[in-house]
Amino acid sequence: MRFMLLFSRQGKLRLQKWYTATAERDKKKMVRELMQVVLARKPKMCSFLEWRDLKIVYKRYASLYFCCAVEEQDNELITLEVIHRFVELLDKYFGSVCELDIIFNFEKAYFILDEFLMGGEIQDTSKKGVLKAIEQADLLQEGVWGGGV
Amino acid sequence: MPAVSKGDGMRGLAVFISDIRNCKSKEAEIKRINKELANIRSKFKGDKALDGYSKKKYVCKLLFIFLLGHDIDFGHMEAVNLLSSNKYTEKQIGYLFISVLVNSNSELIRLINNAIKNDLSSRNPTFMCLALHCIANVGSREMAEAFAGEIPRILVAGDTMDSVKQSAALCLLRLYRTSPDLVLMGEWTSRVVHLLNDQHMGVVTAAISLITCLSQKNPEEFKTCVSLAVSRLSRIVSSASTDLQDYTYYFVPAPWLSCKLLRLLQCYPPPEDGAVKGRLVECLETILNKAQEPPKSKKVQHSNAKNAILFEAIALIIHYDSEPNLLVRACNQLGQFLQHRETNLRYLALESMCTLASSEFSHEAVKTHIETVINALKTERDVSVRQRAADLLYAMCDRSNAKQIVAEMLSYLETADYSIREEMVLKVAILAEKYAVDYSWYVDTILNLIRIAGDYVSEEVWYRVIQIVINRDDVQGYAAKTVFEALQAPACHENMVKVGGYILGEFGNLIAGDPRSSPLVQFNLLHSKFHLCSVPTRALLLSAYIKFINLFPETKPTIQEVLRCDSQIRNSDVELQQRAVEYLKLSSIASTDVLATVLEEMPPFPERESSILAKLKKKKGPGAVSGNELEEGKREGGELNGAGERPGDSSAIGASNASTPSPSADLLGLRSAAPVSAAPPSAGSLLVDVFSEAGPAAPAAGANDDGFLRDLEPPTESSDSLLAEGPGDSDSAPPSVVSEDPAPPLPESDELLNKFVCKNNGVLFENQLLQIGVKSEYRQNLGRMYLFYGNKTSVQFVNFTTTVSCPGELQSQLNVQLKPVDPLVEGGAQVQQVINIECLTVFSDAPLLNIKFRYGGALQNLTLKLPVAINKFFQPTEMSSHDFFQRWKQLSQPQQEAQKIFKANHAMDTEVLKAKLLGLGTALLEKVDPNPDNFVCAGVIQTKAQQVGCLLRLEPNAQAQMYRLTLRSSKDTVAKRLCELLAEQF
Repeated sequence: MRFMLLFSRQGKLRLQKWYTATAERDKKKMVRELMQVVLARKPKMCSFLEWRDLKIVYKRYASLYFCCAVEEQDNELITLEVIHRFVELLDKYFGSVCELDIIFNFEKAYFILDEFLMGGEIQDTSKKGVLKAIEQADLLQEGVWGGGV
Repeated sequence: MPAVSKGDGMRGLAVFISDIRNCKSKEAEIKRINKELANIRSKFKGDKALDGYSKKKYVCKLLFIFLLGHDIDFGHMEAVNLLSSNKYTEKQIGYLFISVLVNSNSELIRLINNAIKNDLSSRNPTFMCLALHCIANVGSREMAEAFAGEIPRILVAGDTMDSVKQSAALCLLRLYRTSPDLVLMGEWTSRVVHLLNDQHMGVVTAAISLITCLSQKNPEEFKTCVSLAVSRLSRIVSSASTDLQDYTYYFVPAPWLSCKLLRLLQCYPPPEDGAVKGRLVECLETILNKAQEPPKSKKVQHSNAKNAILFEAIALIIHYDSEPNLLVRACNQLGQFLQHRETNLRYLALESMCTLASSEFSHEAVKTHIETVINALKTERDVSVRQRAADLLYAMCDRSNAKQIVAEMLSYLETADYSIREEMVLKVAILAEKYAVDYSWYVDTILNLIRIAGDYVSEEVWYRVIQIVINRDDVQGYAAKTVFEALQAPACHENMVKVGGYILGEFGNLIAGDPRSSPLVQFNLLHSKFHLCSVPTRALLLSAYIKFINLFPETKPTIQEVLRCDSQIRNSDVELQQRAVEYLKLSSIASTDVLATVLEEMPPFPERESSILAKLKKKKGPGAVSGNELEEGKREGGELNGAGERPGDSSAIGASNASTPSPSADLLGLRSAAPVSAAPPSAGSLLVDVFSEAGPAAPAAGANDDGFLRDLEPPTESSDSLLAEGPGDSDSAPPSVVSEDPAPPLPESDELLNKFVCKNNGVLFENQLLQIGVKSEYRQNLGRMYLFYGNKTSVQFVNFTTTVSCPGELQSQLNVQLKPVDPLVEGGAQVQQVINIECLTVFSDAPLLNIKFRYGGALQNLTLKLPVAINKFFQPTEMSSHDFFQRWKQLSQPQQEAQKIFKANHAMDTEVLKAKLLGLGTALLEKVDPNPDNFVCAGVIQTKAQQVGCLLRLEPNAQAQMYRLTLRSSKDTVAKRLCELLAEQF
């Protein structure tokens, strides 16, 4: 996977993760362009499209679009399920996740994504495995802060 | 746990985020951000040392600001400080900041690397994972330098925790992708491969990504992974849906791992070990069977996961391309998906079928779905799906369904999305050309294309239709008639005008008999479009007009009137003005003969790779058009152009048998530059009208690799010294006394001749005065050769004459006719001469070409050998191994065989050898000789009197750098002669 973007229907970028070195300027340009393409698509259209030299796999959950850019030879359907599993992880962690959770706890969203994907490849597909790692981290956090200041 | 996620401390951050969200305008947001930045800056610079929590909070705010799209130029140091905190949450934020914001600030990288090093050696798995994540996220070369040696150790160490192993594997993968030279697997290879056997599915999942990438680069070293992958796959495929517990996803056991295993196997050919292969085939069958089972869940996740594995399995089956049974089953499965209610599945099925269409085993099975695919093209609501349908139609097209497919694509074009029109146009043009059985259909199709989607018809497409019309005389009349009719539409596309101008200019005479399309009507029709056209088209039309004057003298006054009017002759565009002036002059000064010569019908274009195919290839990037397809395109294209060996085609020499496969497809085969003649330069430019549109192609002629037109720049003052070289050979005698008899052949003429045994085009001879280029084409027992004489000096050659003689018995073996050549060759100019050759019977010697001219009063007299050898009249013959050896045995009399053993003169490169043997004119027979290093060829020499079959075998011995060449032929002199000729080639 080259990158993953989360953006809202209004075109606000909520999360971006790049798995190859890309200049800031190019990132901004690609994000803008891609958001335009994806937001213009109608609900019943297929979840895959060719864009530049990449394949884009996207899916909308409520107000948020999850959008992955993968290589030519990557499997589209399994990428859709990568997205779904990530959504499940967020959901499990935040408890019926919504866009606001991701806005206000953006760092958590990044941590969860990092536990799930690394360098653009799946690290662990087990929900338990990933959440255990996050949980441990949170316990460490609580240990220090005694449940918040 | 949710308690943790809600307001776990950084209240300030939450307040800041909601402030930003409440901003009504962009300006307000920027103001708020600037205020915050000032605040953070002052905190960081303040005297009071910040505690870890505050540092974390501010760093996190900076991160948020950055992610909103604003630049952040401070805070890096504070983030690095957080890395060395022993509080997990601070460390984590520090790492996140670094991962997102780090650049190659070397000072900082050193500090970061230090912190990472500490965490890696901390033996605290959570810290180690954080550090590994950071390396993978940044992935810079500096980090690779620092850690590429350490990570493999962590990955394979026995006491490493599973979670750390997972991170280490993917971290290593990232470093390998960015700096493969720094990641040395050597000693770790086998232990890494064995991670496929790991107990922990998460470790296997992570490791397999690494192994796949490494296998792609070093397949040999990692090939033991194949059998491990197969057994792992087999265990997953045969497990019940609950066996794998947490790794079962919506009732599908380990879908990610299965896909990755199937992907890994695609790096290798089918397993050689029968047992492994059997097991794998079983797996693939099981996966195909499961697709037919009723779903275990109605959730889309279930079907997606299941089908992800199915598509990956089909990809592997296509990759192997060796199991007809599986290929057909795959095709049937995809056929079902073509009508599935899920758009995603229809899309993927169309895409996957495209590759199946190119396999010989499944091509026919794919074709059975044509109606469904056409329907998809018409009814799909999503353009990306329609695009896939169009791709598939293109891929499944062959002679049997071409008319239907082309018609459907044409009608789709009328409503097609703008984004894909150009590609569609190219595809239609290619299919029409490739599968044309009658050329009127081809012409109709292309003209329709221009009518429907004129804006998207690129130059290559209309050049191509002209090439083909020019090369096929049986379609010229039809083309003229059709284009004439098309031009009658009140509004027609400019590309139609271009094609019309060109074709009527060349072939308008073929329809001039009909009063409805009399010359004047044709002219008026063309001229009615003139004012609406762009400059290049107008220029082309002007050229068409001068051709009209030649074809139809009765149009001369009308056309001259047009040329003479101010809007032409004083046109502000230089090119148009020049054409008008020159054509007007040409038409009033030149005699009809001269005019007829200058404006002679265009010679056939040499066949090259179809320029449209090249364009599509360029558009889609390499790989999009398979090599196979290109080959086919070439072959079919050749046939279309009448270049193939069509029995019963009586035209003397068809378009082009030119056996120079030039990879650089200059659009119109300009390089052959046949029309560059003795005509004045301006007339030359008029003849190569289409060429001048070709833009870069015209100057490209100057850089011709064959060097026909090369180095024609006028000599400088030093040309005096040339004289010493030229007539200086005879300095004792005054120039005028040089014998008028043809000189004896140059000593090097035999050597020059050898250059042309395996090729037809090139520079035959060159000295300081003169360059002679040659280009030739052969068909059956006939040949046509073009000689190009280039005057390299600035002084004209006068009394330029050439003669060809066939000494001795050659006279009765070869019939050579020379077309006259202009006696005056201007300085820097080039003249062309056509030689027709007929092979009456087999021959050994080459005809002699004598050239005489006066240069500055001195007579130049030189004799060369004309590069015609018996092999030029070869017709390639394909035959099976059995036939070959049977015939070989039949030719077993000693005089029928000639053999030579000789040392290699050139490097023994297989590809070069193949190219040379093909250039010889015989068919190169693959898989005939039991020894794959040997080459065998077969061909029939066509002479008027008889046909002579020849078989050839070349056995290279790379060790000794020697060859053994054996030729057998039904005529003894032929085997001997070919053996002599060929022995010099390798």
